[in-house]
Amino acid sequence: MKDITILSGKGGTGKTSITAALASVIENTVFVDADVDAADLHIIFQPKNKETHVFEGAWVASIDTDLCTNCGLCQQHCKFEAIHFKSDGGLQIDPFACEGCRLCERVCPTQAISSMRSINNHWYVSDTRFGPLVHAKMGPGEENSGKLVTQIRKSAKDIALEIKADFILNDGPPGIGCAAIASITGADAVILVTEPSKSGFHDIVRLIELVQSFNIPMYALINKFDINLDITKQMESFFAREGIQLMGKLPFSEEMVYSMVEKKTMVEYNKDSEIVNTLSELWKKIASSELKMEH
Amino acid sequence: MAFKVAIASGKGGTGKTTFAVNLFSSINENWTRSVQLVDCDVEEPNDLLFFPNFSVKSEKPVEHVIPEIDTAKCTFCKKCEDYCEFNAIVMMPSMQYATVNKDLCHSCGACFVACEFDAIHETTDTIGTVTNYNIGNEMSLMEGNLRIGSPLQTILIKDLKNNLVGEHDILIYDAPPGTSCPVVETISDADFVILVTEPTPFGVYDLKLTVDLLREVNKPFGVFVNKAGLGNSEVYEFLKAENIDLLGEIPFSKEYAGLYSKGEIVRCVPLEFAKVYKEVVEYLKKLN
Repeated sequence: MKDITILSGKGGTGKTSITAALASVIENTVFVDADVDAADLHIIFQPKNKETHVFEGAWVASIDTDLCTNCGLCQQHCKFEAIHFKSDGGLQIDPFACEGCRLCERVCPTQAISSMRSINNHWYVSDTRFGPLVHAKMGPGEENSGKLVTQIRKSAKDIALEIKADFILNDGPPGIGCAAIASITGADAVILVTEPSKSGFHDIVRLIELVQSFNIPMYALINKFDINLDITKQMESFFAREGIQLMGKLPFSEEMVYSMVEKKTMVEYNKDSEIVNTLSELWKKIASSELKMEH
Repeated sequence: MAFKVAIASGKGGTGKTTFAVNLFSSINENWTRSVQLVDCDVEEPNDLLFFPNFSVKSEKPVEHVIPEIDTAKCTFCKKCEDYCEFNAIVMMPSMQYATVNKDLCHSCGACFVACEFDAIHETTDTIGTVTNYNIGNEMSLMEGNLRIGSPLQTILIKDLKNNLVGEHDILIYDAPPGTSCPVVETISDADFVILVTEPTPFGVYDLKLTVDLLREVNKPFGVFVNKAGLGNSEVYEFLKAENIDLLGEIPFSKEYAGLYSKGEIVRCVPLEFAKVYKEVVEYLKKLN
């Protein structure tokens, strides 16, 4: 079984549309929407929910004003400026600024502070027309998206082992922060989806540096390549220099957007398009043992 | 006090950066020259790419205080490990081993309070840099740049804001995508938030998540639709039903995407687009 993650650095390069298109091509795969912050894959997958789980997020502290003597010790210790005196004098904690370190709870001389773990995050195991999907929804402003990604990838792995799946395909988050790091850890390969713009180039270079530190093989795919042929050419030689195999180039296509509007994958929308052909070829290469994915 | 406008979106790739950069230029032209662009997308800062004639005014590393355990003084009582909610302290008493994983440490200071044996000392770790650029015409852009591999984007965003240089009437914060902690940190002190979306099912779904967040933190906001015409009308129905201000819209254009790709969105703004940005500036003037 191979665990493959699609990443881009920059958002909006087409990760989710490409994951969805691939879903129509590939078989015996467990899918993960690892962009837990702004999960969109379910819009096309239209999952039938089988299991709902609560993901316990970070600790959040609160003050019992009956026990609080307003000594201010908690405020002095809080490195996150999350504790303030209200205009009427009492102390209060800003739950959005609280990092959940629980130091205030430990230093409070009257045990007026207690912490609860946030239960605003959920993750789901669902059936879809392409196979099982593990996905999540974070509460607004929640922390620990990296841990949630780790959780849903673990669940996907369990399912994949159980049903003897050939692949796990993770639709990753933008950026290079904790969620991206969590979606790379333990993957067998990363597919880099990029677009030929200055920002797309800048972001993919940073992402490549991150993936290289994990020593995981990566393969590139240039989306909307005809938006800027010069940058596409520069990217091609950059990938060649870095020893990253370019798996294909997709033209800009309004069809990609209209397939999304109809909640269909590109294959379902127009199976004879150039995009579908390129992606089918790409997947053939990945599915064959042509690619080195020893781990 | 500067008037602070944050640009956010939920979904990536909707055009936050394009909007932030153009709004910045339009404010500079139509309102006040005392405006600063602050790139808070510290994982992938892109604003600078649109100002090729930049020079660095100042750059400083962002360091945060992390603990260092002196194993000669440490009794391996594990109280610090117990206090650490981020699993950053690893201790094996049988091997007299104690260390701090700097990438997990949030610099909360709990371990310093925990240690009764004076075995924990302060040291520093660099999590990124904050840079102040001159981007021509005395205009200033500040950017945070996260060290690749560091998960502490929220802390870096906070440091970026604490290190802003110069007095400005208006600050524009370009936020990272998503709705989690780095976005909350970016908008935390904003006076107004502009959500940039695209009229696609993905764009609308992520916009709704971000609207939930803004209502929860009680921030005033409006919506700007980018790539109009490419998608469907769901976003407009949503804005109407929820009584949310539509601040303006820019049609999708493949030629403009080409200009964007070359980083030329500031010099080559089509006249009708410039008019739309100016209307957003007028809207902001009324709020200030």
